[in-house]
Amino acid sequence: MSTVAANGTPAKERKVARKRPFWTMERRDSLAGYLFIAPQLAGIITFVLIPLGLVFWYSMHEWNVLGARFNYVGSRNYEQLLSDPALLEVLGATGIFSAGLVVFNLSLALLLAVLLDQKLKGITVYRTLFFSPVVVSLVAWTIVWRFLLQNNGGINSILLLTGVEGPNWLRNPTTAMISVIVVQVFKNVGLNMVLFLAALQGVPRELYEAARVDGAPRFKQFRRITLPMISPTILLTSIITIVGSLQVFAQIAVLTQGGPGMSTTVLVYYLYQQAFQFHRFGYGSTLSILLFVIVAVLTFVQWQMRRRLVFYER
Amino acid sequence: MRGELSPGAKVAIYGLMSVLLIPFVFPTWWMITSSVKPISDIFAFPPDLIPRRVDFSTYAKVFELQPFARQYWNSAYIAAVVTAGTMLFSSMAGYAFARIRFPFANALFMVVLLGLLIPSEVTIVPLFQMFLAWDMINTHWPLILVPIFGAPSVFATFVMRQFFIALPAELEEAARVDGLGRFKIFWTIALPLARPALAAVGIFTFLHSWNLYLEPIVFLSSPEMFTLPQALTQYTDAYGGAMWNIQLAAATLTAVPVLIVFIIAQKQFVEGLAHTGLKG
Repeated sequence: MSTVAANGTPAKERKVARKRPFWTMERRDSLAGYLFIAPQLAGIITFVLIPLGLVFWYSMHEWNVLGARFNYVGSRNYEQLLSDPALLEVLGATGIFSAGLVVFNLSLALLLAVLLDQKLKGITVYRTLFFSPVVVSLVAWTIVWRFLLQNNGGINSILLLTGVEGPNWLRNPTTAMISVIVVQVFKNVGLNMVLFLAALQGVPRELYEAARVDGAPRFKQFRRITLPMISPTILLTSIITIVGSLQVFAQIAVLTQGGPGMSTTVLVYYLYQQAFQFHRFGYGSTLSILLFVIVAVLTFVQWQMRRRLVFYER
Repeated sequence: MRGELSPGAKVAIYGLMSVLLIPFVFPTWWMITSSVKPISDIFAFPPDLIPRRVDFSTYAKVFELQPFARQYWNSAYIAAVVTAGTMLFSSMAGYAFARIRFPFANALFMVVLLGLLIPSEVTIVPLFQMFLAWDMINTHWPLILVPIFGAPSVFATFVMRQFFIALPAELEEAARVDGLGRFKIFWTIALPLARPALAAVGIFTFLHSWNLYLEPIVFLSSPEMFTLPQALTQYTDAYGGAMWNIQLAAATLTAVPVLIVFIIAQKQFVEGLAHTGLKG
């Protein structure tokens, strides 16, 4: 009855089922299960797995759309990748960006969560305001920051009022990298903050009371009780944040276009340039494979780390 | 950590939070106020925190230079369709993986989870070729189909599965004994209970679609098809320099409605996101 009812032929099946049930409970459940997951599974096959196969296939071809060429070249794109003088710069920028983003994001999120966990009046107003950039359109947020970071923009004007002459933020390699990290952290740190806050509120109060009776100072309570108890959340947010940092594109495109020089050209941006600006689809696909390998390895490593670092698993 | 605080500690916490708040709040304030300043005042020194003169003509220019109303509609309807579609198909798949026992369920779940390892950026080149072959370049189909069915939907499926796993089995047993069909049970019993998780999935999905940038600039080429993020960056002069006041006016129009919805519903927003299967 069950699944078939959903398909609209209930009465007939019911009769059959009473005599010699071909549609046993298990079979009906199996059919229901497959029908329920069918749209998602078909989507994953069509829009994820087949494209992944294709990207691997493309990566073994020389393919310039403008020249209408598509020639099998085996591993040549990969050899080119290894000898690409830009590769080290791109990987360096990607590594600095991701590491800076994760460290800054997680520590700020934890600090804000601890502050918001206090019993104070008006704390929800603060929570709302800290979270608000999450819902501001990403490109709108980035455009405002680009405006603020202009040489004669808001930030340098405010610095000048205090007698400090600020740098031309987006035109200097070091400050440009700091800028893209900071802009991205303020945009999204609210998400991790809220997850940490929920984790903090889930720590049993008795643990703190026991520690207080023993006279343990606040900092020690934080290190010995809070951090271990919320370690599953720390691991989860770090995975989400690292994988997310490797996908950052709009912020770079709007703030720096990968510059100055190649100082903020992260892998996704380089991939976009090669494939869609220089029309080198073969080489762009090779870079896609590199991105895929990095994401897969990082996820695997973090998954392994949970056994050593995480206090408990539910 | 939530013991009673001394008055001094309270003042210190309020002070620290207020300073930390500046980079979160000031950009939005600066965006809105600068968007109504005449262009001559926009880089004035010392900076005006409150505009000295107000000029709304930039808002008219936003609509003159590009079909901005059309672009607004594009973003809004795409986000609405993607959100509704993801909520339906991801909750169905999440429900099946959590509550229905069928052969290869675990293996198939692993296949779906692969989507988390393969973000859309990795497959953007073949996706472009596929949609080119299907004659769907410069249409909204790629921005609708890939998020609903592809990698971005996997996260939603995962959250829904985590929620349905925690649901007590007794809730369904009675209905099963009464001979209710699986879809009926899902639709009338499980789904209404899943409202908090659905809300979180809906918010995430909407924001993801609303913020998409790489996909629109790869798939769309004519201004009347553009979505908002793409349109915002197009307000440039003949030399490619940003027309700041117009960009900021368009950015304000893009950001403020969502901000208002958020402030009205902030409790559901923040708590919904916190209390999904994400807690770890």
